[in-house]
Amino acid sequence: MSLSNAVVKSPVAWTPVCAASDLVACSGVVVWHAGAQVALFHVPGAPTELYAVDNRDPRSGANVIGRGLIASVHGELVVAAPLYKQHFRLRDGRCLEDDGQVLRVWAARVVEGRVELQS
Amino acid sequence: MNAIASIEQREKLVIVGNGMVGHHCVEQLIERGALARFEVRVFGEERQRAYDRVHLSEYFTGSDAEALALGDAGLYAAQGVALHLGEAVLEVDRERREVVTAQGRYAYDRLILATGSYPFVPPIQGSEGAARLVYRTLDDLDAIRAAAATARRGVVVGGGLLGLEAANALKSLGLEAHVVEFAPRLMPVQLDGEGGAALRARIEALGVGVHLARVTQAIVAGEEYRYRMNFDGGEYLETDLIVFSAGIRPQDALARACGLEVAARGGVVIDGECRSSDPRIHAIGECASWNGSVFGLVAPGYGMARNLAAALAGQEAAAFAGADMSTKLKLLGVDVGSIGDAHGATPGARSYRFIDEAGSSYRRLVLDASGKRVIGAVLVGDNSYYDTLLQYVQNGIAVPADPAALILPQSTGAPSLGADALPDSATICSCHNVSKGAVCAAIDSGCGDLAAVKSCTRAATGCGGCAALLKQVFEHELSARGVSVDKSLCEHFAHTRQELYALVRVEGIRDFDTLLARHGKGHVGCALCKPTVGSILASCWNQPIMDPALVPLQDTNDTFMANMQKNGTYSVVPRIPGGEITPDKLIVIGQVAKKYDLYTKITGGQRIDLFGAQLHELPLIWEELIAAGFETGHAYGKSTRTVKSCVGSTWCRYGVQDSVKMALLLEDRYKGLRSPHKLKFAVSGCTRECAEAQSKDIGVIATEKGWNLYVCGNGGMRPRHAELFATDLDDATLVRLIDRVLMFYIRTADKLQRTSVWRESLEGGLDYLKQVIIDDSLGLGAELEAQMQHVVDRYECEWANALKDPEKLKRFRTFVNDRRADPDVHFVRERGQRRPIGAAELHLIPTTEEVL
Repeated sequence: MSLSNAVVKSPVAWTPVCAASDLVACSGVVVWHAGAQVALFHVPGAPTELYAVDNRDPRSGANVIGRGLIASVHGELVVAAPLYKQHFRLRDGRCLEDDGQVLRVWAARVVEGRVELQS
Repeated sequence: MNAIASIEQREKLVIVGNGMVGHHCVEQLIERGALARFEVRVFGEERQRAYDRVHLSEYFTGSDAEALALGDAGLYAAQGVALHLGEAVLEVDRERREVVTAQGRYAYDRLILATGSYPFVPPIQGSEGAARLVYRTLDDLDAIRAAAATARRGVVVGGGLLGLEAANALKSLGLEAHVVEFAPRLMPVQLDGEGGAALRARIEALGVGVHLARVTQAIVAGEEYRYRMNFDGGEYLETDLIVFSAGIRPQDALARACGLEVAARGGVVIDGECRSSDPRIHAIGECASWNGSVFGLVAPGYGMARNLAAALAGQEAAAFAGADMSTKLKLLGVDVGSIGDAHGATPGARSYRFIDEAGSSYRRLVLDASGKRVIGAVLVGDNSYYDTLLQYVQNGIAVPADPAALILPQSTGAPSLGADALPDSATICSCHNVSKGAVCAAIDSGCGDLAAVKSCTRAATGCGGCAALLKQVFEHELSARGVSVDKSLCEHFAHTRQELYALVRVEGIRDFDTLLARHGKGHVGCALCKPTVGSILASCWNQPIMDPALVPLQDTNDTFMANMQKNGTYSVVPRIPGGEITPDKLIVIGQVAKKYDLYTKITGGQRIDLFGAQLHELPLIWEELIAAGFETGHAYGKSTRTVKSCVGSTWCRYGVQDSVKMALLLEDRYKGLRSPHKLKFAVSGCTRECAEAQSKDIGVIATEKGWNLYVCGNGGMRPRHAELFATDLDDATLVRLIDRVLMFYIRTADKLQRTSVWRESLEGGLDYLKQVIIDDSLGLGAELEAQMQHVVDRYECEWANALKDPEKLKRFRTFVNDRRADPDVHFVRERGQRRPIGAAELHLIPTTEEVL
């Protein structure tokens, strides 16, 4: 079983969600995307500059991941959950402290000033 | 089969007395497995369980009875030891082998007397009530405190060790203190003439009256004060209360009544095995007399308890063979040390003396007739020589070619023997008889820090006098094992917080990226270094934390300038300086809370917390609060929180200063100051201390003449009382000292280290802090003040700043592409307000499940 949630069911479709100017450098914002809450993290200068993960913190059940602190742990970009401080890898949503916690991830890109997510 | 006997087979062991020595004996019995042989029952005459009498004076300067208590409250019960507190043993019936109390009779097979001693009060006509106080138990201290409430002046009869402690206690209660001593010098047992003179000069300089060679003949009604003490020779001294501290007497009444042999000068006669004239009855501590001597210190008592417990446990036990009566104390803030043969009484002994009349310091070194061994020493004014001299005496180390060097002032401080020069047999802690070898063994068995060594060996947990030496030995042994402690902040910075602070200051660095590029690794940082650097930058330059370069550094709550709660909503705390608020402002808070349906609760810091706001509501709420004149309360930051105050002299009949006005001044000055951890202040308008200033990082208490400053206290998980730092300050001096203390803390503390832990980690302790802050020993005073002034001048309400800037407000959207609120936030109403719904109350189908 792949834990990456790039479970592509249909041919690649990109949905615009917000403007690139809505992003905050080195920090997160949240978009409403087809009934889901998606946290977008913009890391200028990183190999991948834009990450999209689930906004819901599995530990607390609260929608707070988008308000977490971005960090680098052993070269991996992570977000620290604001309430209990566990770390999630931005590229695949895996929790560093607890294998049982995984965040759904979306492929994300910026095209002509718009942020797009793969649905 | 194992060796634990069934209960029926166990002998009955009764211990009379639950003082320090009695308690230590119980601990030792438990530790050595003696409970397998004995069913133990302990009687304590006092209501409190065993407490630390050595540090009794702290009862007046912060510690309560529980803080002074020894060991865990549940220890006896957990081990099946029966403890009868407040139940005095009235009689020992040796024939029936029973002890008798008011409650009943209890059988014993073995009996240990640990009844301690009682204060000797000379028979003086008119000595009663407040003219007959003593200083021994917590009840005695309560009586002194009660008498002091209406007193201006207090006298202690007795200029020995305990008498000077008692004088200090009177002084800390705000009384003018006097000491009356029968002998021609202070501390006649421990000090020689010159030492006594130096101590007297120092104590008089502190404002304590010293009256030597006086015998009190009668106490009569006074004219200016309540009592008049008439001395022989016609002189007199008036006072409102009298504390007798003229020596102790062994509490041997039970032993006398049941016919045990008692020494001529008092005390149950014991042999080396602590056995009395009845082999079933033992005596330990101050109630016992060994070889004609009673030992009035805790270490020999612990030694007896240890040996006896070992013998009862069936282990090999050393015989008690006398004790070293060396002492090191700080009396009224003055260092006093006495080692071995302080008086040079040994035949042929020769002394070296150093006398500094200008600075009132005195040191005496006593050598044996051969001139090769140190056998005694006296120190007044500077105990930094003590540890080394004690090691010379205890371990018979050969003196250097010029023995005087051991006591002469040196530019590099007191001569140090060096931990490596000590043999393994050297005693480090005499209270618990811990040798250097035992400390090394503890390190070898895996104790990696000082706290672990302390709890493993118990070294430095008795009187604490050996703490500095223990630390030296520990550090030396660690480095000898090639262990170096990695103090790197995180994987991105091989620096401590203090080093980063210095780099930011010296290089004028104003953002994280520059610091990371110049001194760190990687390009993002982490949850350790980012908030730490964010805090350092704020402490140094105080730029608005919502500036784009600073935003990514902030920890959860600073990021949105509110406190995130368990369901992802926020609480909002407007600043209410000093807890003073107008009805109009109170109404605005109520209106805002009502409009946004916020749960409202009064905080411990005299403000109002508004819970349940969603991210997008924060700017709207603050718009209304700021329009009404509120500012951010920084409840979310590692920064100045509140200055709590009582109502002070404007309303209170006891108030002596305007505490609210001072609280407003302080809160206005330090609001917005970011620091390694949160900072809480309080100002009380009189000594009744209604603002609880002694539990704060910075506590200010009004006096008739100005303000007393307390520093480095806190509540929380590990409460610590603040310590008195300076007295009777005027407003300007108070602010100057607080400026310096706080900036010095910000400069030297570790990350997330509160002032209390920082203060405990300062080598040299409170005295060192006083030297740096009050005496300006590092020449930092002006710099620290200027740095604080810079922060004060740069203050701007960060919520007001953010509201002015649409770019900064963009982040306060629950969804950047949708105006809806978070649909998963649910509340229920309880007691007229809403609160987050509990997981058990929520019966919704999670929407994410079907996707996976």
